[in-house]
Amino acid sequence: MATRPKILLLDDEQDLVESYATLLENIPSHPEVFTCMAGPRALALLKSESFDLFITDLRLPGIDGLQMLSVVRRKYPRMRTVVLTGLSDEQFRMRAYAMGADLFWLKPDTRDGMQAFQDCVESLLQHTPLSGFRGVQNKSLVDIIQLECLSQNSSVLHIVREGQVADIWMANGNVIDAQFSGLSGESAFREIMTWKSGNFELLPPDTEHPRVIESSYQGLLLDSAQAMDEGRGTQFSMEPLAVEPSPLSLLAETDGVEFLLSLDSARKMESWGLENAEAVAQWIAGLDKSFRELGERLEVGDTQQLQGIGPKCRIALVGREQSLLCVGLNPSINIEQAAGTVKQIASRWLC
Amino acid sequence: MLNFFSKNEPPKLIGLPEGTFTVDPEGRVLTSTIPQWFPSEHVEDIGRRVINAFRQAREVHLPLNELVIHYAALKIIARELRGGALIFLTLKQDETEIPKL
Repeated sequence: MATRPKILLLDDEQDLVESYATLLENIPSHPEVFTCMAGPRALALLKSESFDLFITDLRLPGIDGLQMLSVVRRKYPRMRTVVLTGLSDEQFRMRAYAMGADLFWLKPDTRDGMQAFQDCVESLLQHTPLSGFRGVQNKSLVDIIQLECLSQNSSVLHIVREGQVADIWMANGNVIDAQFSGLSGESAFREIMTWKSGNFELLPPDTEHPRVIESSYQGLLLDSAQAMDEGRGTQFSMEPLAVEPSPLSLLAETDGVEFLLSLDSARKMESWGLENAEAVAQWIAGLDKSFRELGERLEVGDTQQLQGIGPKCRIALVGREQSLLCVGLNPSINIEQAAGTVKQIASRWLC
Repeated sequence: MLNFFSKNEPPKLIGLPEGTFTVDPEGRVLTSTIPQWFPSEHVEDIGRRVINAFRQAREVHLPLNELVIHYAALKIIARELRGGALIFLTLKQDETEIPKL
């Protein structure tokens, strides 16, 4: 028997909470609805139970709804979140989405409005299994393929690694094709499965794509694992011995770039064109931390980009998950050129 | 049954302000057009962080005259002003203005 999804509903008005709980318990997936009237109690419940969906009001005593969203997003990134408020204010709607809310909904005052809200909640609960795959994630390929196939999903898994691009087509829980560097079908799939890292993105299904692979996904994954165990994976036997140019030096070939510095999640640094790279690395790490903290304190969402203009250079700081890239540009280039260059470099770095 | 959406005394949510303020090299607020309902400690916090950012940039030999911080809902523009700073806060009305990189 399928387990019932769990919803945590936070609002400081008891009558309203109880009414919503009753209405939500009657949607098709029959969720268990837990209620609470204050942020600290909600946080305690979130710690003790695993929830699929968190619904919060904005105006709450003590910890407000935006602060709750911030905490939930940080601690439980896969949990769906809904803001349900009577506050009809564009600024708060925008800030709620900036804080990671999946849905901002004005408290309905008609039966149709309530039905629409129930439908949206049902839809969010139905899509919960996919919640870990929104956007680009660092997951193992085997994990993603297994979960997609077990869920009987249809999608295109687009993978990028060090400038190489591969695609795996899945339809109704089956792997139907793979393509990489002139290879297709099972040979391409086996080759892709040797990759140990990269960025994965799940794209919408390509319903027109023909089925090339007939084997089951379990068989494909097993074959790939055996091939790697037996050392037949070409990735291991053909590791290039020649020294390749660093990724940053390739990015630095762009016109106008004076220096580049990257910091990964472990704060390992790589730089190009800087004499005092260690000091600059410390500065940008501190700068990023300081303005991230400020963003959380002001409840204005993530730092999207930080730019500096000085007599010696322009700088732009861009982030990807826990990694940072600082681009130093020649101060003589104009704002439009600088923006274009930073965007170009950042998009290549993100790949 | 559905008409239960008004609150007698709703708790306050702090909005985002638009305006300008200046801070001295120690981060003290000198002048401000920021609305009074916006907590002064937030204004002081912004000022201190900006002043620190300018000072630390000088220390690593990358002096800056201007710093722009793009958040999803707010843009902060800070101009260096004889060791202090002139700081503008503007709301981001259009989320697509600054692409997420």
